[in-house]
Amino acid sequence: MSEIIRLRKGLDIRLLGKPERKLADVQAPKSCALCPDDFTGVTPKLVVKEQQRVRAGEALFIDKNHPEVKFVSPVSGVVEAVNRGARRKVMSVVVTPDSTQEYVEFGVKSVQSLSGREVLSALLEAGLFGFFRQRPYDVIASPEDSPKGIFVSAFDSKPLAPDFEFVLNGNELDFQTGLSALSRIAPTFLGISSKQTMAALTEAKNVDVYVFKGAHPAGNVGVQINHIKPVNKGEIVWTVDPEVVIFIGRLFNSGKVNMTRVIALGGSRMNEPAYCKAVIGADLATLLNGRIADAASSRIINGNVLTGAKTDMNGWLGAFSNMLTAIPEGSDVNEFMGWIAPRFGTFSVSRTFFSWLTCSKEYDIDARVKGSERHMIMSGEYDRVFPMDIYPEYLIKAIITGNIDKMEAYGIYEVAPEDFALCEFVDSSKLELQRIVREGLDKLRAEMA
Amino acid sequence: MSLRNYLDKIRPNFEEGGKLHAFRSVYEGFESFLYVPNTTTGNGCNIRDAFDSKRMMIMVVIALCPALLFGMYNVGYQHFIAAGLATEFWPMFWFGFLAVLPRIIVSYVVGLAIEFTVAQWKHEEIQEGYLVSGFIIPMIVPATCPLWILAIAVAFSVIFAKEIFGGTGMNFLNVALITRAFIFFAYPSVISGDGVWVVDHAICGLGSSAIDGFTQATVLGTASTAAAAPAFDWNMVWGFIPGSVGETSVIAIALGALLLLYTGIASWKTMLSVFVGGGLVAFIFNKVGPDSAMAAMPWYEHFVVGGFCFGAVFMATDPVTSARTETGKFIYGFLIGAMAITIRVMNPGYPEGMMLAILLMNCFAPLIDYCVVQANVNKRAKRVNK
Repeated sequence: MSEIIRLRKGLDIRLLGKPERKLADVQAPKSCALCPDDFTGVTPKLVVKEQQRVRAGEALFIDKNHPEVKFVSPVSGVVEAVNRGARRKVMSVVVTPDSTQEYVEFGVKSVQSLSGREVLSALLEAGLFGFFRQRPYDVIASPEDSPKGIFVSAFDSKPLAPDFEFVLNGNELDFQTGLSALSRIAPTFLGISSKQTMAALTEAKNVDVYVFKGAHPAGNVGVQINHIKPVNKGEIVWTVDPEVVIFIGRLFNSGKVNMTRVIALGGSRMNEPAYCKAVIGADLATLLNGRIADAASSRIINGNVLTGAKTDMNGWLGAFSNMLTAIPEGSDVNEFMGWIAPRFGTFSVSRTFFSWLTCSKEYDIDARVKGSERHMIMSGEYDRVFPMDIYPEYLIKAIITGNIDKMEAYGIYEVAPEDFALCEFVDSSKLELQRIVREGLDKLRAEMA
Repeated sequence: MSLRNYLDKIRPNFEEGGKLHAFRSVYEGFESFLYVPNTTTGNGCNIRDAFDSKRMMIMVVIALCPALLFGMYNVGYQHFIAAGLATEFWPMFWFGFLAVLPRIIVSYVVGLAIEFTVAQWKHEEIQEGYLVSGFIIPMIVPATCPLWILAIAVAFSVIFAKEIFGGTGMNFLNVALITRAFIFFAYPSVISGDGVWVVDHAICGLGSSAIDGFTQATVLGTASTAAAAPAFDWNMVWGFIPGSVGETSVIAIALGALLLLYTGIASWKTMLSVFVGGGLVAFIFNKVGPDSAMAAMPWYEHFVVGGFCFGAVFMATDPVTSARTETGKFIYGFLIGAMAITIRVMNPGYPEGMMLAILLMNCFAPLIDYCVVQANVNKRAKRVNK
């Protein structure tokens, strides 16, 4: 067992609607879509036309700046529509799946006999490299870079997030193959939780295993990098979701790109919260059919409550979403004199509420901001939930003022918007920190290009 | 819900083009005061903690209440003692209440009028920061402070210490203290000396006007001029001594401190280190200080007289103007305590050093934070070179 890294800062938000550890039956998707916006930093260039037939694993669009990075169709079928937004920006490429799936054959390969370059080109060919993200900037990685390391966090500590051990069940072999493949490219680090016991994780081969103990954001890969090998200026690391590691393993073990994953369905408005199998891009209308209680007043989130994007029944499962959440929207709630009322059922980290008394109660939190935006007033709020060797408040101020030198000095290269999600949650000044960090990263990236 | 419906009904009047558009900020202020805004999150985090700046500010106001209520009682108590009239609790309280109330009203009316105007002008929401400042201001001036001087001081400090920097959260000096400092330097006779600490006239038939011209120095005032400081007395802890309205009772301030520390709104680091810094420096003066009454005053007596406790609990811990890094808070608090005692002892012209010490450290707080953050920056830079 490796040494345990304890994180003292953080917060576990106890939400109602924790998914039960069982697989629910869902119908096969009626349509499937890949949204270029899910792949941060990519300028999409379409390589298919409407009504064209594609097989699962065939490219739908590529990155204009790195044409070798492909984004492939998760299913075989007919390209039904290319939806465009303002200035003809591609919003989604929709494929209507066939009843029997036809996969592109990439050939079974033995990872151990391949070099790093060969693994990389196999991943590029099969479109799985598009799921690699890089720090700094938290954008899709560029295949020309040679990263200092590849980091995989095998647990998600966000509210209601799926238990990766349940997801991994039955995929252990593919997961190990995936890790071995990554380790051919660069030294690979696997961060696991002290609660995880599966041998596939604790005794994973060809990788350095680090054990983390503590509240969220212990499972954030950025926090883990900060404690294992912090990113310095000029260095690049890649991060890969553990589910993608399984996809990679499948590619080498079966020769096919099979982007079916186990996702969690959670939240207080989700009927029978559970897990289900779904392919990336599956339409939510089919996936969530009959599962949302009172859809009109509910918010459906592509992902978790902290970092996920608001969507609706016409949306598709995001490329990086490992869960779908449904919570009350709350726009019809009027709380009288909230500044003084005791508000017993309300969750808060502040002791001006009484939620600290009920340590095991699960809360039903709606999507209201519950206050209005102010300048930063309280100090130390972010620090308490930000277990990295960084002063978050000062970094945010540097970003707001657009001071590139200070952003660098304060450690912007190590962070991603998701690392600030908890800060945003607890912020009494109600600032949109994740948006601010994203804008800062984009600005820095443009400046450095 | 009828109130909610009424608010919704009158809202169009306050929107762009409505006949009451000039009062938009007032409407929004009252609406968000009555109901928690039900706007929902757009991008980023889908859920938010229920804690907001309104709730934070109101907790500070609640924490201030014991000190204010006791202060009102003490204003009456000092008057009736001076007049030699023995009386009961309620007449004393009502006397003090009537003496202090106009100052609270003036402070809020002038300050909030400026806040509302600026909010309307800048198309912003009204910020609730002045709720606390406006409550503190009447508590840190004598109960005899003329209302017109208070009004000018409040206007000066709200405009020049806060609004020109961008409002609550952007000011680097404590607004309430700037009000006091303005009076202190512009009209020293109404806030220092020995003729201002006891109300010497009747109010609405309560009390006596027979003591017109009565003088009574504060403990610190006596210590700065007399050969020996008044000895420690438990009345200094209870608060039955002359002084600014809210500053006298250590017990009442401690109640407020408990609430602030318990809810985590005030930093225990700042508060504790003010006392450590003050106690240590006072102790050093006790041992090796100059031969003056103030230097000889025992270190624990320094805590219970003047505005030391009030400043440590309610002013030094103001999150906006204090140091913002956790390490910085220790340094910031320590230096406030140390400076306050140093000013008291070394400068007989300013027997109360707390106000100046906090304002001075307000100016240095960004520097302290800079050094703390820079240490982190240097560590990061070193990591690259390794």
